[in-house]
Amino acid sequence: MSFLDRITEGWRKNRKPGYYEDFDYHWAMTIDLDQCSGCGACVTACQAENNLPIVGEDAFTKGREIKWLRIEHYWEGEYPDVKLNVIPMMCQHCDSAPCETVCPVSATYHNQDGLNTQIYNRCIGTRSCAVYCPYEVRYFNYNDHTWESPLDQQLNPDVSVREKGVMEKCTFCIQRIRQAKDNAKDDGRRRVRDGEVQPACVQTCPSKAMVFGDRNDPQSQVSQSLNDPRSYKVLDELNTNSSVVYLKKVEAEG
Amino acid sequence: MHGEPNQLKYTDIHNDVVRSIVETGPNYYIALVTAFALTLICFFFPWFYQLYYGIGAAGMNHPSVWGTYLASFIFWIGLSHSGTLLSCVLHITNSSWRKAMYRSAEAMTLFSLVVAAIMVMVHVGRPWFIHWAAPYPNQMEMWPNFRSPLLFDVMAITTYLTGSTIFIYMGSIPDFAAVRDRTRGWRNTMYSLMSLGWRGTDTEWHRLHWAYTFLAVLIIPLAVSVHSIVSWDFAMSIVPALHQTIFAPYFVVGAIYSGTAGIVTVMFVLRKFMDFGQYITELHFDNLGKLLLVLSLLWTYINVVEVFTGFYSGASGETEALNYRLFGFYAPLYWEMITFCAIAPLLCAFKSFRTSFVPMLVLSIAINIGMYTERFLIVATSLSRQYLPDAWGLYVPSAVEISILLGTFALFTTLFLLFVKVFPSVSMYEVKETMESPKKSPPAASEGSPA
Repeated sequence: MSFLDRITEGWRKNRKPGYYEDFDYHWAMTIDLDQCSGCGACVTACQAENNLPIVGEDAFTKGREIKWLRIEHYWEGEYPDVKLNVIPMMCQHCDSAPCETVCPVSATYHNQDGLNTQIYNRCIGTRSCAVYCPYEVRYFNYNDHTWESPLDQQLNPDVSVREKGVMEKCTFCIQRIRQAKDNAKDDGRRRVRDGEVQPACVQTCPSKAMVFGDRNDPQSQVSQSLNDPRSYKVLDELNTNSSVVYLKKVEAEG
Repeated sequence: MHGEPNQLKYTDIHNDVVRSIVETGPNYYIALVTAFALTLICFFFPWFYQLYYGIGAAGMNHPSVWGTYLASFIFWIGLSHSGTLLSCVLHITNSSWRKAMYRSAEAMTLFSLVVAAIMVMVHVGRPWFIHWAAPYPNQMEMWPNFRSPLLFDVMAITTYLTGSTIFIYMGSIPDFAAVRDRTRGWRNTMYSLMSLGWRGTDTEWHRLHWAYTFLAVLIIPLAVSVHSIVSWDFAMSIVPALHQTIFAPYFVVGAIYSGTAGIVTVMFVLRKFMDFGQYITELHFDNLGKLLLVLSLLWTYINVVEVFTGFYSGASGETEALNYRLFGFYAPLYWEMITFCAIAPLLCAFKSFRTSFVPMLVLSIAINIGMYTERFLIVATSLSRQYLPDAWGLYVPSAVEISILLGTFALFTTLFLLFVKVFPSVSMYEVKETMESPKKSPPAASEGSPA
């Protein structure tokens, strides 16, 4: 081995600070658009679970609503022959996330579970991650938010309330994942069982269109679902390696 | 080397420049107080309101999370470019016409950089934690993210600010000494300290010239890198119309372009209000006009390339972004920019235009309006048309933003007004180098260049 090769080897070994070759878990989600009716139950569930602020009418008209999970609407055709396509859009937890590289203070990074995490305390609010994100799923707190009584009584104590000037986004309900991992450890198990942890949106989906689980476990429901021939990733051509996979809607007339 | 036709003497230069520092008329105070009051009202009060309320005081929204604050930041960084960069290039190419104007040009660099740095504070959501973007040892054992183009930016701007500060200071030392020798009281004390014991010996001149040239050579690549890195804030993203390899040269050319136009504006003002008509002459406007023409052609070329590559890519995101920029909501601004920055400067092809002061002033202001528009469009059009049509939006600046934008100019003016009373705003010893030597050697003749 030449001197140059040894240097290259050593460099390769050490060049990924904060990155994991293999994730302990590799949380992933599939969303079957054939089953999704666009009802919006997941949006509401997410709002309740993650202490999303109700921004009010004024901020809403300015386009500052905060919805970690939103239903995108795409209309096709001319009236009366119109068709509505819906697609739930949330943080895709990309393995090569553009938002992670750009944050100057590393407030967003990839953790050992394959999750794209956001540290609210560390965020200085450059908003560059929101610019770099091609899915437009990062939301900024343009001001401090308040919860009118009795809504303040239903805030989730497991999730921090974000202050003004901070970026936030879908976490795959990381508080539930933490809880499940703790439970597994307490029970003396090494790993979380498949289906033991569900984000609020998956739990709420009335048509069971969403499946969540560990992609590292080939037997898990989500791994089975990933092999579906209908599966695709949104904006896959950007090579973001996203962890959310959509199952294409089957059209009746092809 | 051109002899001044009206037979300036070495003493006249000293008298004129020291007079500009020591004698202060009421007009100056009126200007300073107005500028400072405007800075307070238009810049600091809205900013404090925004600090209290949150970035929501500005007009930004969900897809367009960047706005005029970032556009102002790039604009001021750009304006900073021609000062020190131009001064360095002209110094190492021995262009003697630089000597009357470079001090004010370098001051422009310095204050533009200061304003740009403040714009970063205005831009971020939690400026009270801005120091986290600097690599310093801390009890959290946290470092900034060295992969982030924004961090490169912090580094590049800090380096450039340090470099330009040293450069302008070092070039002023002999002039501080000259002012020291002609003032008394607290001014004498201040300039004694600032001139660092300059005596004007041959060794000192030799060292000054050596160090000055060394810094000039050092700062040129630095200046080019700064704006390349600013462009990477955008070009390193995958946003359509921002993800372009041409961005680094585009930003550098744009920066030098707007900076040169800025110098024309500042020189006109200095000439008009500080009675520097004998030092800042038609020759300077003529040369700067030629430079503006070359830069405008370069800038136009890069714009054509940008449009062409966007069109040629055939990618739906790129073509949509391009279409939106050329014909969408912001299209009037785009065509205004083309008129001001690509078409109007062609007038500089005529010598009679270049050597007339008022038209050059109008052109220089028009170019900078166009260049601000360019920065605004880069931010606004690209962000409001990204990949997912459901998340398309529209961004219009709020009153707070417009006020802060105007306030930055007042802030810059305030800083500049303070500068002209502290620094000799024309480099005395270098202007003297361009003059023919007097027949009888005056006592202070050691200021001739030994280089």
